[in-house]
Amino acid sequence: MNPAYGVTAVVVVVVAAVLIGGFGLRLSRTTSDFYVASRTVSPLWNASAIGGEYLSAASFLGIAGLILAYGADMLWLPVGWTGGYLVLLVLVSAPLRRSGAYTLPDFAEARLSSVAVRRTASVLVVLIGWLYLMPQFQSAGVVLHSITGAPDWAGGVLVAVVVAVNVLSGGMRSITFVQAFQYWLKLTALALPLVFLLMAWRARGAPGLPAGDSASWALPLASGRDYPVYSTYSLILATFLGTMGLPHVLVRFYTNPDGRAARRTTLVVLSLLGAFYLLPAIYGALGRIYARDLLATGQTDQVVLTLPARLLGGTPGDLLAALVTAGAFAAFLSTSSGLTVSVAGVIAQDILGGGGVRSFRVATVLAVIVPLALASTTRSLPVADVVGLAFAVAASSFCPLLVLGIWWWRLTPPGAMAGLLAGGGLACTAVLTTIVGGPHHGMAGALLAQPAAWTVPIAFVVMVVVSLATQHRVPGDVARVMVRLHTPEMLNVDRGDWRPRRS
Amino acid sequence: MTERPRRISGMGGDRPRREVVTSPRTRAARRPRYPVTREIDEQTRLGEVYIRSLVRTQFRLALFICTVLGCVVCGLPVLFMLVPDLGEVRLLGVPLPWAVLAGLIYPAFVAGAWLYVRHAERNERHFTELVERR
Repeated sequence: MNPAYGVTAVVVVVVAAVLIGGFGLRLSRTTSDFYVASRTVSPLWNASAIGGEYLSAASFLGIAGLILAYGADMLWLPVGWTGGYLVLLVLVSAPLRRSGAYTLPDFAEARLSSVAVRRTASVLVVLIGWLYLMPQFQSAGVVLHSITGAPDWAGGVLVAVVVAVNVLSGGMRSITFVQAFQYWLKLTALALPLVFLLMAWRARGAPGLPAGDSASWALPLASGRDYPVYSTYSLILATFLGTMGLPHVLVRFYTNPDGRAARRTTLVVLSLLGAFYLLPAIYGALGRIYARDLLATGQTDQVVLTLPARLLGGTPGDLLAALVTAGAFAAFLSTSSGLTVSVAGVIAQDILGGGGVRSFRVATVLAVIVPLALASTTRSLPVADVVGLAFAVAASSFCPLLVLGIWWWRLTPPGAMAGLLAGGGLACTAVLTTIVGGPHHGMAGALLAQPAAWTVPIAFVVMVVVSLATQHRVPGDVARVMVRLHTPEMLNVDRGDWRPRRS
Repeated sequence: MTERPRRISGMGGDRPRREVVTSPRTRAARRPRYPVTREIDEQTRLGEVYIRSLVRTQFRLALFICTVLGCVVCGLPVLFMLVPDLGEVRLLGVPLPWAVLAGLIYPAFVAGAWLYVRHAERNERHFTELVERR
């Protein structure tokens, strides 16, 4: 690929992100603006923004890469990442918005009136955020390296700096507009080249898969990974239940005006994601025909970037490759921005111990630097695998907290605390063992690489059992909180006087 | 409710013995009737019954959607495992597992979500009507 096109694409996306973010600068003045855009974001913007924020490097590059490598089983990744919103919609969206909390720790405090649970939730939010940010920076490095030959750390630093500047200057309102723009950019950047790729594929006589593949690679549970049945179910559990526990996704729900709008926004999000996730599978299949050599080098995450040049060649190929590169950078920027805002919000409030714009700025720097350091020191795994681990931690900690907190009257602070520590702790341990010490083999390796199937049930059971054993600790205002979570806004009832902590 | 007392009081002149029957009514009338929102605000038993019924209705709906989703999603791998020949079946030239997982399942999600939103909003509308009626 001609590096000039790729560099131009990266520069255009970066400048556009900064400029669009700049529009928010004049508008955001108060602390509340920084956190949730004063809840004045319209539903369509909001849904596009959620889509833009959610579709990370893992969705844009990683899924196609894993499908190229492992075939039909990996189709469950995009299915779970979309279906997670259905679970989120039915179990969480409206009550969470009605709780009036800005962040997951806010929700924990509002529901359980416990500072200790709040602190634990804060630590978990930061851990999940860092775990999610790290592969974004790593992939940015890989992509920049492949188009310019720059060292691996350069791409990560570039993304980190742009995100930090953007968040620091505009706060979340600007991020909302950046994110909405990014969704449509990413959809175009993946869909338009695909049209040309498919045309080129047909022009070449529409070749099918190599003979060996249709008997193994194309079939479910025949991918060659160990323990395919366990891994598939664990993946399904992590993705379907983990979505609701992602800090950067939940913060978006607070920008809806009411619970009803939160539901409708989720419905739009599902449609937007469904449209997007039709594409990566086709890239993966085309890659299996035309880019098998990536398997040997292990750089399967590159398949989306290399296909245009391989199938089309010449200037059209270069231009489309530049468009895909732009989309990939949009993915790094949007997901990292969203994560940075939520992680920084939690660090500012619960770890630096105060709201205010100044501590939010310090927190932003912290939120970015740690994963950047991690990205350059840990071993490089396929991006979608690491993001999958972040989902597993979220599913084993925040999913039980949210589901039981919203629907079960008898949840107690000690129960929630024990569940968070057991589920989140076990999942984090498994993840660290996999990232730092791996790869492990055999059954233990499968259990560690896909921990959700055992950590999620453990988290739920611990939370329920400890709650039942400590029924004298049920918060006194649980009835009022339930009124708050579940009654429609149009009813004039007393919803209690809890407010999220802000200076 | 509003018709019956009128009929009784209309006939009251003919049959004075009816007073025994009407006495609970007069006692009930002396107690002011609260709107249900006030029962909820004062956290009376009645208010809690209303809220619990709302939560239960919404939870049943959520559980229904989750059960259907769980059956579909957890059933598919089992189906592919037990009937490996499904991989040979082709839908418009695409193997069936791919057609389902990479295509058809997404519109199904949207349809399920749309159904849920409709029902959840209807439940809330019913609850509001119930509570605001005096």
